[in-house]
This record gives sequence, structure tokens and C-alpha cells, in this order.
Amino acid sequence: MKKDIILAGVGGQGILSIAAVIGMAAIDSDLYVKQAEVHGMSQRGGAVQSHLRISDRPIYSDLIPAGSCDMILSVEPMESLRYIPFLDKEGWLITNSKPFRNIDNYPDEQELFDEIRGMSNSLLIDADRIASEVGSRKVSNIVMLGASAGSLGLTMDSLESSINGIFGRKGEEIIRMNIDALHAGKREAEAQLIS
Amino acid sequence: MMDKLVLLGDEAIAQGALDGGISGVYAYPGTPSTEITEYIQRSVIAGERSLHTDWSANEKTAMEAALGMSYAGKRALVCMKHVGLNVAADAFINSAITGINGGLVILVADDPSMHSSQNEQDSRFYGKFSMIPVFEPANQQECYDYTYAAFGLSEKYGLPVLMRVTTRLAHSRSGVRRMDPQPENSLHTPDDHTQFILLPAFARKRYRGLLDLQPSLEADAGQMGYNVFQDGKDRSKGIIACGIAYNYYMEVATKHGLDYPVLKISHYPVPSNMLQEIADATEELLVLEEGYPMLEELLKGALKNSYQVRGRLSGAISRDGELDPGIVGRALGLADSSGNGIPEVVANRPPALCKGCSHIDMYNALNEALEPYGPGRVFSDIGCYTLGALPPYNAINSCVDMGASVTMAKGASDAGLRPSVAVIGDSTFTHSGMTGLLDVVVEKTPVTVIISDNSTTGMTGGQKSHATDRLYQICKGLGVEEEHIVELNPLKKHHDENRDRIAAELAHEGVSVILSRRECIQTASKKKKKSATK
Repeated sequence: MKKDIILAGVGGQGILSIAAVIGMAAIDSDLYVKQAEVHGMSQRGGAVQSHLRISDRPIYSDLIPAGSCDMILSVEPMESLRYIPFLDKEGWLITNSKPFRNIDNYPDEQELFDEIRGMSNSLLIDADRIASEVGSRKVSNIVMLGASAGSLGLTMDSLESSINGIFGRKGEEIIRMNIDALHAGKREAEAQLIS
Repeated sequence: MMDKLVLLGDEAIAQGALDGGISGVYAYPGTPSTEITEYIQRSVIAGERSLHTDWSANEKTAMEAALGMSYAGKRALVCMKHVGLNVAADAFINSAITGINGGLVILVADDPSMHSSQNEQDSRFYGKFSMIPVFEPANQQECYDYTYAAFGLSEKYGLPVLMRVTTRLAHSRSGVRRMDPQPENSLHTPDDHTQFILLPAFARKRYRGLLDLQPSLEADAGQMGYNVFQDGKDRSKGIIACGIAYNYYMEVATKHGLDYPVLKISHYPVPSNMLQEIADATEELLVLEEGYPMLEELLKGALKNSYQVRGRLSGAISRDGELDPGIVGRALGLADSSGNGIPEVVANRPPALCKGCSHIDMYNALNEALEPYGPGRVFSDIGCYTLGALPPYNAINSCVDMGASVTMAKGASDAGLRPSVAVIGDSTFTHSGMTGLLDVVVEKTPVTVIISDNSTTGMTGGQKSHATDRLYQICKGLGVEEEHIVELNPLKKHHDENRDRIAAELAHEGVSVILSRRECIQTASKKKKKSATK
């Protein structure tokens, strides 16, 4: 078993929380994990990514080799496309559809969606709307995690207990909202895959 | 066996140092090294043992304080980014001559590809220059293990030990197993009370001792087990892989079934017998180094020889930038594995000043105040405000090293540039700007120094700034006339007033300091959240 995932977004959008939940679930499932993060200058509103690797065998490189990434999981549509050179021909692109506009030359939304839908394996998820429905737009990152859950090779139980562990100090209400977001994201992805 | 922790390379180093029995860490924040000190500050053991964990004013004061702790017999860790070692270099190089008493480890995090830095200098050269042992771990477990072991090695030789990591390892997480924590050393001053006195007559003796140690440093690097030779069946090539480069090679070799002999280097000075062994066993060598071609240059030499050596010097690998599995694969003759290109619709998203940042209001006022004089007269420094170089501000004309804004503005003013302006952050000012301001004051050089005070060390994530609540007193104490220490509140509603007050100081033929002060919105909103949850 091997999953190479690129998490993408803009500094401050919460991709490291997604990485932390997946990473802890993987360690608890006795898998090997490596996860490279971006700290420092780029965090100031710039493009950020994290290379997350899970395997049942020891992992050497902290970086995913180009062309062999199994999944790009993005919390922002334009950012999902920035890492296409890493994606395996059979790989999946799963992204939030809500743009984060902090630059003047942000592209036309429709053009972005056309590009994403044109990929052989992609899912566009309205994570901000789904997150609002379960309680807060702040959990849209966990909605995206839920949308990817079917192909992570990890059980929902392990992801839930990981959310419990990571958000434990923030109280019952926050944990419940994140777990609801996880399931809502998964349902949305399944509904899209069936139709 | 203790629980497996999931740690950043930086955090593994911190845990290794804690378990290795340090009594203190000394550091100034700098990407990618900051998380080491932050981890120690948060750790339970640091609280229980009352370890020293406060930030230092700069890397030089950190290095010297750590050397003082070592003098007193205790183990100390000092951390910095690669360019920080330039600041600490005087103390660092001389610490190899004084030697140590308690174990002393200098951790330097290099930043190839310049993710958050102004150059990509390779700190292994500093190790060679000072003639001390250098460790270069390849993964998070080695970060922990080598740091844990480095204090003992330091005490064995009576020398400081340099640990070198690069950005990828510093900021990548993986599972790490701990060893039993060691107790702290007891307080004991050196047996020889002249050891740390580098008067020429004493220093010559100490230096001779350092030279005499060199053969055993090299011999131990061959025997301690951190440099490893793995034989392979395909002897058409031999691979020498340093630090994290080993991971990239093994990634590629495992995937493509390569079986070349490999020499993994993680401990310097590199034993020449190990280099000879792999060179003799193979037809050519490929040297994989994260940083400068240090080993490749050594192996190639100046004279023609029979060995083929390839790497960054030969052009097999680019001279600049960090390595990755793709680069290593291509150097091995494998095809580029990249998928499709980045779609044209994707726009660049560079880092930018945060919405509501106080630097923005300062730059807007400064730009307008400077309009009558024309562009090209603002010297700036290292920090978030360096982003003022980008549109829409285009507000600064230099960023060189910590503190250089003040002194470059002075030199330009000496040359006749009027007005000549320095823009520096609060933490950068107390790091290395104060001494430059003293030069300006002593000569009464016409310079306008703007200290953009957001009361934190912002770019590295909001660490405590030594300058907070002290800037007025510092400037006054250095001799700036009080009527030319001007305080501004950088808010949109004060824009016209701020512009006019800056303009008045630009016209002053003498020394002015403008304190533009409003808290970083990142630290302010963090504080707000914290008090809301209480």
C-alpha cells in the first residue's frame, strides 16, 4: 500500500490540519508516514503545499517524485492545478470549488472549472457551502478531507479518532462539527461519483 | 522502548537535545531553524528542569551565551539559519580554538533554493573552516539520534560539534523513536582556567592541539557508523550521497531497481579511505550533495586523474537549487517522470503583506512623502516589510543582511544622497541595527531611519521581540535628539498626518528616527482568539 498526496492551498487555509489528521490516522494504523511542509515566507498569503506520503513500507524521500502523486487534495481551485506535473496519469484531483482571491490577475472561474473537469479523474466540491451547513465555513478543510476519504486507504474510524485526538482540547462542539464535516464531505464525493 | 513521536526534523533535533541533557538552548528565530527552539520552549522537560529557552538578541549573542554555558560545564544547544552563522562566525570559529567544557552543539539549517533566504550558502564549509566534526542527518530519526550523540562526542574531543540540516528535512515530519533522557551535567568550571583565554601565546597552543586532533576526527568519522558503505552488483557507477540526498537516491534506486555501490555521508571530516574504497571499486562516481559541490571538488581535485567524477561541478546536476528525486533520477540517466505541465490558466501567487498590516500604512505614507525627491533612496532590511519591494508598493531599494539598512543609508548619505532613508523592523533593529545607528549619531549623518515596529518577530511566526517597549529609550540612549524621535500610529485615518511628519524629517539635515508602531495583525488576532476562549 502506498499513497502519495499533495495538499494544496493558500497560506492560512488549514492544509496542515488536514495533514495532521491523515498523518495521525496513518501512524495509528501502523503505516509509515512522511510529510513535508512549507513554513516561513510563503505562509504570508502565498501558494503553499504539503507532500504527504503514506506506505506500509519504509519511505525514503520527503518529496513526492514528479508524475507519481496519487492525489492532489486542494482547498482552493486554482491551487489544485499548480501541482499537475506531480500527478500520476491515473491520479485524482479533488478540490474545493471556492476561489481565494488575493491577487489582481486571478483567472476566470469558469476557465478554472473547465480545466479541472477536463481531467480524467477529478472532483469539484463546494466545501464552503457544505461546511456552512454543518455549522461553520471554518471546517471546509475537513469537508475536503472527507471528500478524499474513500481513496486514502484509511478507515473512517481511524480518521475520526484522529480528529478527536487533534481537536480534543477545543471542546465537544468543535469535534462534533469536524466529524460532521468529514462525513458530509464523504457523502458529497460518493454522490458525485455515482451520478 | 518509548512511544513513537511524529516530529519535524527540527522537532526531532530539539527532542534529541532535550534527551541529550542540555541545560539551555540559545537562538534567534530564522527559517528553517525556528521550530527547534519553539519545541523546546513548549516542552514539559524544559519547564521541569528550568532550562534556558529564551530567545537571544542575535546569533552572535546566542553563540557566545551557549559557549559560556559550556564553560560552566553544562551542555548547550545553539540554533540558527545558515546566514545567522555569518553573524555568529567570530564566536563560532574561535570556539573551535577555545574548545568546550560542557558539550556544545551548533545547529545550522541551510536553505537551498532560497525558500526564505537571501542566499544558499553551504554550512559544511564552516565546519571545514573551523576544523570541527560535522553531522549531516538524512532523516528525522537521524536528526534525533545524531543530536543525542553529538553532546557526548563534543565532550570526548573537547570541541563544539556542527549539525547541518536543510529546509526539506527541517520542515518534514516522520516517526521518531526516543532514547532514555540523560541528566544534566553538574556545574563545573574548566580544569584549566586559561583554556578560554585566547591571548596569542595561549591561542597558538590551543590551535596546535586542534590540528593534532584532526587525524582522530577523520578516523572516528570512519568508525562511528554514520558514514556507511553499501556494496552493489552494478559497478559501472558509484554513488556518494550526503545527508538528505541519500533519501532521493534510495527513492529512485528502489523504484528502478538500481544496484550501484553507495557511500552515505553523514559525518565529516569525510574519511579518505572510504572515498578511496568506492572510487577503486567503481568506474565512475556520481556525487549527490544538497548545497555546494564540496565533496565533488575535493574528489575531482585540480590535477588530472583517472577517476571520473560527476555532480554539480560537471554539469550532471544544476549548480543551484535543492535536489529532489527527479533531479537525481535524471543525473542517473533516467527519463523525466513529470506528468502534464501546469495549465496556463494558473497565475502566480507570491507571498504578500497581510491585509491590515501596519507596514502597508507606513509604506503608503513614506511613498507619498518621498514623491518630491524621486525613487531609489530607501534601504531596507530582513523581515515581512521586505515584501514592500513588490507591487503595488515598490517602496524599497535594498535587502542585504540584518541591519544593513541603517549603515547602507549612512554610506549613501556620506556619498551625497539626500534624503537617504532606512526602513527596518523592530526585531531586526535590536538584532543588528543599533550599532549602525550609533555610527550615524556619532557623525551626525543626515539619515532618516524608520523603525516599523510591529512588536514581534513577524516573518518567522511571531516570536518575542527584544525591542518591544524599548525603542524610544534605546534611540535616545544612543544619542538621537529627542525632537527628532518621531512616533507615528500607522493607520489609514492618520495617513495625511503621518505623511507630513515623515516629510518634515526627510527635510531635516541630520539624524531622525521615526517609530512607526502598531502590533502585527497576526499576533494581535492570535491574542484575541486566546482571550476569547478563556
